[in-house]
Amino acid sequence: MDRLWRTNRAVLFASVAATSLGLAVPASAQETFKLGIVTFLSGPAADSFGVPARNGAQFVIDQLNKGSVPSPYEKVGFGGMKIEPVIIDENGGATKQVQELRNLYQRDNVDVVLGYISSGDCLAVAPIAEELKKMLVLMDCGTPRIFEEAKYNYVFRTAAHATMDNVGLVRYMKAKNIKMESLSAINQDYAWGQDSRADFVAAAQQLYPNVKVQTDLLPKYGAGQYGTEISALVGAGSDVVYSSLWGGDLQAFILQSVPRGLSKRSQLVFSAADHVLPPLGDKMPDGTILGARGAYGLMSQKSPLNDWLFKGYEAANGVYPVQAAYRSTQSILGLKAAVEKAMSKNGGKKPSTDEMVAAMTGLEWPSPGGLIQMKLADGHQAIQPIAFSRTKYNPDLKRVDLVDIEYFAAECVNPPPGVKSIDWIKGGMQGAKCN
Amino acid sequence: MNFFLTIILDGLIQASWLFIVALGLTLVFGVLKILNIAHGSFYALGAYIAATAVTMVAARGLPPSVGFVAMLLSVTLIASAVGLLLERGLLKMFYGRDEVVLLLVTYAVFLILEDVTKLIWGVNPIYATQPYELFGNLEFAGLYYVGYDLVLIPISAMVGFAIWFGLNRTVIGKIVLAVIHNEEMSVSMGVRVNRVYAIAFAFGVLLAALAGALTAPKISMQPGLSSDVIILSFAIVVIGGLGSVEGAAVGAILVGLARAASVHLMPQAELFMIYLIMAAVLMFRPEGLFKRETARRI
Repeated sequence: MDRLWRTNRAVLFASVAATSLGLAVPASAQETFKLGIVTFLSGPAADSFGVPARNGAQFVIDQLNKGSVPSPYEKVGFGGMKIEPVIIDENGGATKQVQELRNLYQRDNVDVVLGYISSGDCLAVAPIAEELKKMLVLMDCGTPRIFEEAKYNYVFRTAAHATMDNVGLVRYMKAKNIKMESLSAINQDYAWGQDSRADFVAAAQQLYPNVKVQTDLLPKYGAGQYGTEISALVGAGSDVVYSSLWGGDLQAFILQSVPRGLSKRSQLVFSAADHVLPPLGDKMPDGTILGARGAYGLMSQKSPLNDWLFKGYEAANGVYPVQAAYRSTQSILGLKAAVEKAMSKNGGKKPSTDEMVAAMTGLEWPSPGGLIQMKLADGHQAIQPIAFSRTKYNPDLKRVDLVDIEYFAAECVNPPPGVKSIDWIKGGMQGAKCN
Repeated sequence: MNFFLTIILDGLIQASWLFIVALGLTLVFGVLKILNIAHGSFYALGAYIAATAVTMVAARGLPPSVGFVAMLLSVTLIASAVGLLLERGLLKMFYGRDEVVLLLVTYAVFLILEDVTKLIWGVNPIYATQPYELFGNLEFAGLYYVGYDLVLIPISAMVGFAIWFGLNRTVIGKIVLAVIHNEEMSVSMGVRVNRVYAIAFAFGVLLAALAGALTAPKISMQPGLSSDVIILSFAIVVIGGLGSVEGAAVGAILVGLARAASVHLMPQAELFMIYLIMAAVLMFRPEGLFKRETARRI
């Protein structure tokens, strides 16, 4: 009895001492990592971006929890901790998202929040995470303004911003000898559309010094009917019509513009259109130049990681993965790499927010879409390689294939650290490393 | 010259379906004195029903013309039934109350219908493009136009004429006009006002749903469709005068032309232009362009 009491007392003292002194206790297999995921589950962005991003996240989390992801991600979950996702709908506007973010951190006690597709939502939630000193990983939104107009310690973006899409697109057009003496544009009237338009026009003026901008349209997000805009674009008869439209807006624009001969009169170039290929099928005109905001989907390069995602996602969802699924995957893999790097430095225990932030800063990791490098914004903003191609309908497979694929290195299409994107483009894209 | 013809044609195409929506809104206000916030939801309902009908027809391998007829028939039947049910089952209970109460009731209906459409059709965009190719393409003013868009103009004119004729040249129409002008006197003359209310509301719902069905083949149906439409329709009926058929027609044409002109000439001012016209009309004719001023009853 006395011996038992002495033993118990020793265990009790040891536990109290370990707890009070904060000694390194390795994360146990029972411990979980609670991950808040925010993506559009409803609304206009759900079909093209939100749901594929959710499906991608769900697939990779299931695979990580089973330990079925190829090297270097074989370890179960995050450093042995199973991932417990809490998925939130991004629909409802920036004000709602600010409150939802607070709820995730303060009510649901998530360890990290990862997500956001809308540029407007990203701009709204980043200062809140910083205020709360909680780690926030932005996975998809494109506006360069996040880190170019503010400095954050707790916020990261694991995908390149929209500058890459537009600089790469113009470089592709130049490489393929696309004639562009005149240019018209149609983009949505909010952060993504306006920033994309500014970058594309600036890049076009660098590589095509004589280009003349003709019709420049900014319909509101969700306009749905583009009859008048198409008249203006067809009437202008520009060599090139550029657009960063996406989702339902892009599909409606294509469905309405093709019968009116826009694709025959002008070369259509879309900066982020791969996600509309499965739903549009043969309605997508052949020869359209498009990007996917990365080397993703049908433009992805062969690797064990890419094979794992492409085949596994297709088997799970009945459709091949498009850009949003790739970006949610690379984001989760990046967070896994950061968590495990932090654990390797703290003796294997579950890392604190500050330890994860330190590990994520400047991190590099392989992803299905290529190497992701946190090189901009003092190691908080990713750069990555990108691909562009042309569409060609394949009647045998009843799907749109992508041909004439061209790849661009991350440092060829992204600005160097410390330079604002638009200044870099207007300054002649100095320091770009293109092979 | 071609440039201005393009603006006129684009404006008329836009005005065609907007007129049908606004006509329903103005009819309901004229008869029931209800500013129906849920009107845009009936437009969305019509678009979704049409998409379902077209998809079902296409799945059976039938031609797009059958899909076009099926969408019009299904929308007519379902929208009329929904209109009658709502008026008899809900709005009737609030007649005689303050106008603000009725406004709130229609707002509640708007919110309910938003969720009902999500429950039935989900949140992802839906397409039903087969009828859009039905009338081929036509060249006009140096541009190709989709025949379907052009066909909307005479269809909308016919709908407008039918409503005008029905109101002004038929016995039922004259009874409706009598209720619009003086409800108490109509009751004393033996008019069953409640029946007129039900018919007028059902017609209003039908017109909104019909406009939704006619635009369905060229748009993507997704949540949020209704709010844009109701804002534009309000602008039109405010410009034309609440309760006026002619006003709805002129308001729709003005809004359509203003939007087309600004997209072609000054794209940055596209939205602003519509509300500039509305503000200008309200400054000089607060009752709208076509609404007659009525003497206050003492």
